[in-house]
Amino acid sequence: MGYPASSASAASPSTQGKTILETGDIGRIIDRIAHQILEKTSGARDVVLVGIATRGVPLARRLVERISTFESVDVPLGVLDITLYRDDLRLRGARSVGHTEVPPEGIDGRRVVLVDDVLFSGRTVRAALDALKDIGRPRAVQLAVLVDRGHRELPIRADYVGKNIPTALTESVKVLLTETDGRDAVVLQEETA
Amino acid sequence: MIHDLLSAADLDADSATLILDTAVEMAAMADRDIKKLPTLRGRTVVNLFYEDSTRTRISFEAAAKRLSADVINFSAKGSSVSKGESLKDTALTLQAMGADAVVVRHQASGAPHRLATWVDGRVINAGDGTHEHPTQALLDAYTLRSRLGGIAGRHVAIVGDVLHSRVARSNVLLLHTLGAKVTLVAPPTLVPVGVSEWNADVSYDFDAVLPSVDAVMMLRVQRERMGEAYFPSAREYSRRYGLDPVRVSRLPEHAIVMHPGPMIRGMEITPEVADSPRSTIVEQVANGVAVRMSVLYHLLGGFK
Amino acid sequence: MTTFRIRGARILGGDPTDLLVRDGVVAAVGADADAPGAESVDADGLVALPGLVDLHTHLREPGREDAETVLTGSRAAALGGYTAVCAMANTDPVADTAGVVEQVWRLGREAGLVDVQPIGAVTVGLGGERLAELGAMADSAASVRVFSDDGHCVFDPRLMRRALEYVKAFDGVIAQHAEEPRLTVGAQMHEGVVSARLGLTGWPAVAEESIIARDALLAGHVGARLHICHVSTRGSVDIIRWAKARGVRITAEVTPHHLLLTDTRAESFDPVFKVNPPLRTAEDVEALREALVEGIVDIVATDHAPHTTEDKECEWAYARPGMLGLETALSIVQDVALDRLGWDGIAERMSRTPARIAGLTDHGRDPAPGVPANLTLVDPAARRQVDPGSLASRSRNTPYAGMTLPGRIVATFLRGEATVLDGKVVK
Repeated sequence: MGYPASSASAASPSTQGKTILETGDIGRIIDRIAHQILEKTSGARDVVLVGIATRGVPLARRLVERISTFESVDVPLGVLDITLYRDDLRLRGARSVGHTEVPPEGIDGRRVVLVDDVLFSGRTVRAALDALKDIGRPRAVQLAVLVDRGHRELPIRADYVGKNIPTALTESVKVLLTETDGRDAVVLQEETA
Repeated sequence: MIHDLLSAADLDADSATLILDTAVEMAAMADRDIKKLPTLRGRTVVNLFYEDSTRTRISFEAAAKRLSADVINFSAKGSSVSKGESLKDTALTLQAMGADAVVVRHQASGAPHRLATWVDGRVINAGDGTHEHPTQALLDAYTLRSRLGGIAGRHVAIVGDVLHSRVARSNVLLLHTLGAKVTLVAPPTLVPVGVSEWNADVSYDFDAVLPSVDAVMMLRVQRERMGEAYFPSAREYSRRYGLDPVRVSRLPEHAIVMHPGPMIRGMEITPEVADSPRSTIVEQVANGVAVRMSVLYHLLGGFK
Repeated sequence: MTTFRIRGARILGGDPTDLLVRDGVVAAVGADADAPGAESVDADGLVALPGLVDLHTHLREPGREDAETVLTGSRAAALGGYTAVCAMANTDPVADTAGVVEQVWRLGREAGLVDVQPIGAVTVGLGGERLAELGAMADSAASVRVFSDDGHCVFDPRLMRRALEYVKAFDGVIAQHAEEPRLTVGAQMHEGVVSARLGLTGWPAVAEESIIARDALLAGHVGARLHICHVSTRGSVDIIRWAKARGVRITAEVTPHHLLLTDTRAESFDPVFKVNPPLRTAEDVEALREALVEGIVDIVATDHAPHTTEDKECEWAYARPGMLGLETALSIVQDVALDRLGWDGIAERMSRTPARIAGLTDHGRDPAPGVPANLTLVDPAARRQVDPGSLASRSRNTPYAGMTLPGRIVATFLRGEATVLDGKVVK
């Protein structure tokens, strides 16, 4: 079992299928997660948001913007490309490596909130934790996802979940974001092998 | 991605660009405290060096180790190779050891091609005779790109012993693939018969070329060539083809000075030029590790 | 001694006829070619040629019996349609004395598959410094008439002049390996576009041409016979044409591989394509084919050069130069020149003329009543894929592996004895 296609594919996914979340829904979810982060981290003190490429990055950026609007706090933003930490190199082969950007403040002693679009097997998050470990030593690591679709293969759970969407393994969850795909939506589709 | 990297001609513009792009990310990692990635954990990379080249071997070794591969250094000195074991028998040994990649440096042109017919693992040419040195060309392209902002449309002069230079051969191929214009500058004795088919201009007049180039790549010139009557004396060579401050002053402001090393100061390049801010010589070494990490990642990444 | 009745053979490609081979000679041709108890050989569709003569064969014995022996080389020769081969002198010890040439000659007789005619070295140990005892070799049981330092050029012009002059006393000929040694130090392949790309040291055409020009002038000056081994360049052809027009007594050979293969083969870095002189360009190949048809290049000689696997399965620069040739030569000539030469022209260039150059009076004679029965039967319609493993040579270094070539030798007769029947060597 590999990674969910939704977070790996940089190309815009096809939008055929059942729409689960619309633009407005996604905006409200971001607002809610931003509030939750503020609440759980005493006003985002020492927090660093780290988006997991590809679609975790615009989500993290939106959260930074919302947190700043709500509480006038500037939360540092990082970008993590986990390609070189994947455990399926032998299965899937080499692919182009995206850009990783550590915020200037670093992550040592910080509370890092990893941000991704879909939580599925947990392997992406596992790779992201490995990658973080090589960059520095955070005080704590939390996880925020837009969608949790279940089917975990590792003991990993999210601290902030936008929406739980029960799925079958034969289905796939496509997250579309304005920044990468031209519009906001979450679509459930039957996987065509 | 290709199976082996034997020649710079194995790379088209897309794959060369992919390797260079990935190398940028690999280079970023070098600034971190922990210079290590788990990517090639469990893979075995053999450095098979028939020719002394500490810098290239170390560069490949660092690259493989930073990607967590197991590295076996197999040097011709003090091994069964020096006892007369054939390249083929050595290849079969490496094959039996389960080498996922063999990085080979050899004094005979084409030895990596032969090796690739005998092992299943990836073969990376780390310099063969007077044939090619593709990873050197990649790191030179990387250096050019980072210093000049791009390669397409840039003009690079490659100066010196083109005839015996594997660096020149690989660079002419790769720079052309990436859209640069190349001028070879050398005394006529050090330009191969048959150069007309290369995608490069040839000039015997270094001074005429200087004002129009974005980069000058100086090749090492071995003193032994004098004995073979390629040129009369080191002094005359330096006067006509050496890079000194006077020639550097005639380069465009932005032009850079490159050398694949090891250089012979005073022969092809004066010390003040080698140590000037225009010189990328030290940077080239650092870039070498990142580029070789990228090559290992892309070749081994596709390996099942 | 078996009597053979060869039925329906086309002599030199002519109309089908029968031949009676008895007591070492062609006893009869045509309707009366029959005798009681004669073994019948069905030659329907086959072309009968005078047994081929190779002026340039390396049999490696003595010295490198792991690569070839007189016996294995003789088998390869018979299977290639040859009834005589001239064994080059670069053995170990070098064939530079009467003793060594007689040993090779005797080994050939013992093998009994082809006449092995030793070539004597021009200089002692092929060293290029002192003349070997050419007269002693000429007077020996081997009756050496061709002398060559092949593998090395007789470079010293004074020594070459003396050699050319000296062998006139016994109608000898010097076969020159034309290679200017100072221009070919470390040379690995033809110097040109491909060598520039591959980074292999070049072997310039001029290194061959300059020696041929010099030696043609020398031979003309002293009125001696000169033979040029393995001509490989267009320029050499021009010089030989010029020398012949001047009346110089010069002959020249081309190898099958120089008639077919080009230097682009080196791109694989597989040393099976490494040979000396090296494979040249397509332009050279075309010029050599023209020259062979025109008769400027007189003969095809194989330069059959067996090498062990260790000497070939290695780096290009460390590999020994040379290719197998005996078992494929006629096929290649058929492939590249039959349409322009016809079978008579092929017989001229692969049998009659080489026999004349080597002074082998029993060979190179068209099958006719009373002529020594040295002949071969070829099936021109057959096609075969070259399989190195099934060659009779002890070595495997054929550059034609996997190629499909026309023609197949069905039978060969040496002085009336079958050496090959049904495409298989008799002993």
